[in-house]
Amino acid sequence: MTAAEQRHEVRLTVNGVPRRAVVPARRLLSDFLRHDLRLTGTHVGCEHGVCGACTVLVDGRAMRSCLQFAVSVDGAEVTTVEGCLRPDGSLGPVQQAFQDCHGLQCGFCTPGFVTTITAYLDDRPDDHPDPNAEEAREAIAGNLCRCTGYQNIVAAVQRAAEIRRADRAEASQ
Amino acid sequence: MSTRIFGEPIPRREDPRLLSGQGRYLDDLGHGALAAAFVRSPHAHARIVDIDVSDALEVEGLVAIYTHEDLPGQVGHPLPLLIPHPTLTQARTPYPLAKDEVNHVGEAIVMVVATDRYLAEDACQRIRVDYDFLPPVVGIEQSRAADLLVHDDVPDNVSAHMLQEVGDAPAAIDAAPHRLHLDLDIERSASMPMEGKGVYARWDADDRSLRVYTSTQASTSVRAAIAARLGLPLDRVEVVAPDVGGGFGVKIMHPWPEEVLVPWASITLGREVTWAEDRREHFVSSAHERAQQHQVDVGFDDDGRLLGLDVTFWHDNGAYTPYGIIVPIVTSTQLLGPYKPGAYRVEFFSLYTNTVLVTPYRGAGRPQGCFVMERTMDAIAAYLGLDRTTVRERNFIQPEEMPYDHGLVFQDGRPLVYDSGDYPATLEKLKKLVGWDEFEVFREQARADGRRVGIGIGCYVEGTGPGPYEGGFVKVETDGTVIVATGLTSQGQGHQTAFAQVVAEELGVPVDKVVVTTGDTRRFKYAVGTFASRAAVMSGNAVALATRKVREKALRIAGDALEADPADLEIVDGVVQVKGTPGATIPLSTVAVLSNPLRYAFDEETKRATQFAAPADVDKPPIEEGGEPGLEATAYYSPPRSTFANGMHAAIVETDPETAEIKILRYCVVHDCGTLINPRIVEGQIHGGVAQGVGGALYERMVYDESGQLLNASYMDFLMPYATEVPNIEIDHLETPSPLNPLGLKGAGEAGVIPGSAVLSSAIEDAEGIRITRMPISPSELYHLRQKESTTR
Repeated sequence: MTAAEQRHEVRLTVNGVPRRAVVPARRLLSDFLRHDLRLTGTHVGCEHGVCGACTVLVDGRAMRSCLQFAVSVDGAEVTTVEGCLRPDGSLGPVQQAFQDCHGLQCGFCTPGFVTTITAYLDDRPDDHPDPNAEEAREAIAGNLCRCTGYQNIVAAVQRAAEIRRADRAEASQ
Repeated sequence: MSTRIFGEPIPRREDPRLLSGQGRYLDDLGHGALAAAFVRSPHAHARIVDIDVSDALEVEGLVAIYTHEDLPGQVGHPLPLLIPHPTLTQARTPYPLAKDEVNHVGEAIVMVVATDRYLAEDACQRIRVDYDFLPPVVGIEQSRAADLLVHDDVPDNVSAHMLQEVGDAPAAIDAAPHRLHLDLDIERSASMPMEGKGVYARWDADDRSLRVYTSTQASTSVRAAIAARLGLPLDRVEVVAPDVGGGFGVKIMHPWPEEVLVPWASITLGREVTWAEDRREHFVSSAHERAQQHQVDVGFDDDGRLLGLDVTFWHDNGAYTPYGIIVPIVTSTQLLGPYKPGAYRVEFFSLYTNTVLVTPYRGAGRPQGCFVMERTMDAIAAYLGLDRTTVRERNFIQPEEMPYDHGLVFQDGRPLVYDSGDYPATLEKLKKLVGWDEFEVFREQARADGRRVGIGIGCYVEGTGPGPYEGGFVKVETDGTVIVATGLTSQGQGHQTAFAQVVAEELGVPVDKVVVTTGDTRRFKYAVGTFASRAAVMSGNAVALATRKVREKALRIAGDALEADPADLEIVDGVVQVKGTPGATIPLSTVAVLSNPLRYAFDEETKRATQFAAPADVDKPPIEEGGEPGLEATAYYSPPRSTFANGMHAAIVETDPETAEIKILRYCVVHDCGTLINPRIVEGQIHGGVAQGVGGALYERMVYDESGQLLNASYMDFLMPYATEVPNIEIDHLETPSPLNPLGLKGAGEAGVIPGSAVLSSAIEDAEGIRITRMPISPSELYHLRQKESTTR
């Protein structure tokens, strides 16, 4: 028998909930989220950081969870697609925009787009409250989708910004 | 009738689940299952001398290691030939685990099962396979030369040789006033869904039953294949396609080796076993498509009318032919597009190479055929000095000539007869949309600015919705929910929405009352699969026919309850009512209760159907003779032959005079897929197809070196378009309903991809004034073409 792998405790906050698991050092963050925490909304499309399907927010920044070890984000705050819902469980602004614009077909790449766009719109302090079509296209230019031809995803970026602006206006009243 | 739902661009019903991370794709299932991994050949052509697993036995968590020798009986036999054809005389299919010889990089040799995938891969790395190398055959030219053979017993590397003729094309060409010869090539690409394949199997030893989840386009047929291979009674096997992360053809191939091996391991070990393909595995062990070389001889008159067309082509089928020769058959028949070819002769050779096997990828031979025909049309126009659209118009089949019989046999074994279509109208719309007649003004303006621009066009006809059949099951539950099931699968086409729209419209219920299940053999056992742009046509019509039966039964039962003639009844928003008589109503939910005469009540509603509840004719049986309990029905749609969608694309490109970079300035689509169920879904299908067409024309190719190594087997190196590579797509529709089916539908799934290489080569040629005969084309290739052109001038 080969020696059993050394295991490490990883504690982090995922979608606002403290979580812990004990995993080998080589456990990828993507596998950790999917298989240890059973948050299977994060998808793995290429396992080398090119497709963006596995994108999650680590301390508010969009990162590829297939390119990081779970142990390397010990103590971090992670947001996955499951955490992009509104507090009442309804679709969040980016998710709603995808439905409004038919921005998904098979849905496999979609979680990575949702998190990427969420980070883009929330990219404090350089906020993007009202991207034009070209900016919207640039915002998603690091994620692959094989179904949609991106037309409706570009539209969804702009629609999500619109929903967020309306939310803010409502909140400030 | 309430507000019309059929034909409306309603939001998709599957979206909230998929958007919130609640989708259930293959690798989301089976937590705690054992994981499989595979040792795959690193060599393109070799004999297996020895497999040494001793080092792997040390790995913590290892459960089992299997080679070909461990597979009993049928399990280890070569996989089936799915689609036999009389001309496929030298079919060869792979073993699930290689026996003695490997024929492409990526062929599975050893299966390892361990407690998790990391450990399974650890074990794979410790397994040593010794090989005797054999010289590989890579590419069509080397295969044609036949100095080396892929399979020792297949002469000339030819798996199939097929010829179809209508009239005497060589004679017609010889006698024609004008003749041209063209050599036209297309390279390899692949479906490349974002989710690879995957299989998860659970054997219930007590129940002697097997449930298999697989990321497939054909769950019913996978079920039959597994039962046959594993020697299980069919009714002990269930196969479910869960959410599938894209297919585009590659998942219609089945059974993949893993679809046999993972269930077998599950039974053998008495444990749940799962396998999810990684991206590199997908590149080297799934399937590719597209590579073909074509020679065209064409004869035409002074007006550019075709008199004879003679096409010979060579199709690279890779190492094996489990899916038969559907792709080259489709090329050979769909090449004709919207045109009358005069006399036509088409001949192809399907060739083995030591590369990944070839099965249909969206378009399935049509992009190659369209490229060949449209390049020919452009060449005729250039030769005669005519506008490219004029030559096309003169060769169009006219609407009044429909149905049009080409005199050929199509891929479904049926006559190639176009059912309907208005090609002149499609062209007219496209010219208007793209501004064809005004383009020269734009070109002059651009030229004045030192810019180089060109316009191109591509026309296609697509045979869609081939049989043999699909079925639909529709049931109204006693709470008013309408349960719908069809056997074919979904990979993102929005079937849960589109089929719900069909049922809601036919039955007269709100669409949100309709729940659709696809691809689950527990729910519907008879099906063919999702391919060839057939799902809407086949299952759309099948669920419509089933719904009509349910509606008829509902009206009959409601007629009894309301003491009205069923002919006077209508269903609006889930309530049966007497037309023009307010108040005389009964909800469908109650009709559902009454449809099932009960002895036992289990809630307030069901009391109404018990034997002492309602006045009944005591001389009649509770269920009429020949009737069935329940407000449900099953129906099948089986078409006489395919229905033919069509479309035309135009693109304006700009090429950089210095760097030869190719930029698409505009991309316009006019598309006719008959009646639209949901225009938004159809447009989405076109968008995705166009993106794959652009990818295939400008970026994507499988780069094999001379030793048969796939050099770009990753998303980093195989250039799929990102958002920055796909232009804004402008779409206009024409709706010419198909006369072949009740809903007038034609398929839409593949259309967008078909003319990509045709239209972009046409536009680049127009910008550059250089003949484009090979696609895809990169900036460096265009640059070298320019250099070659300038030295030969």
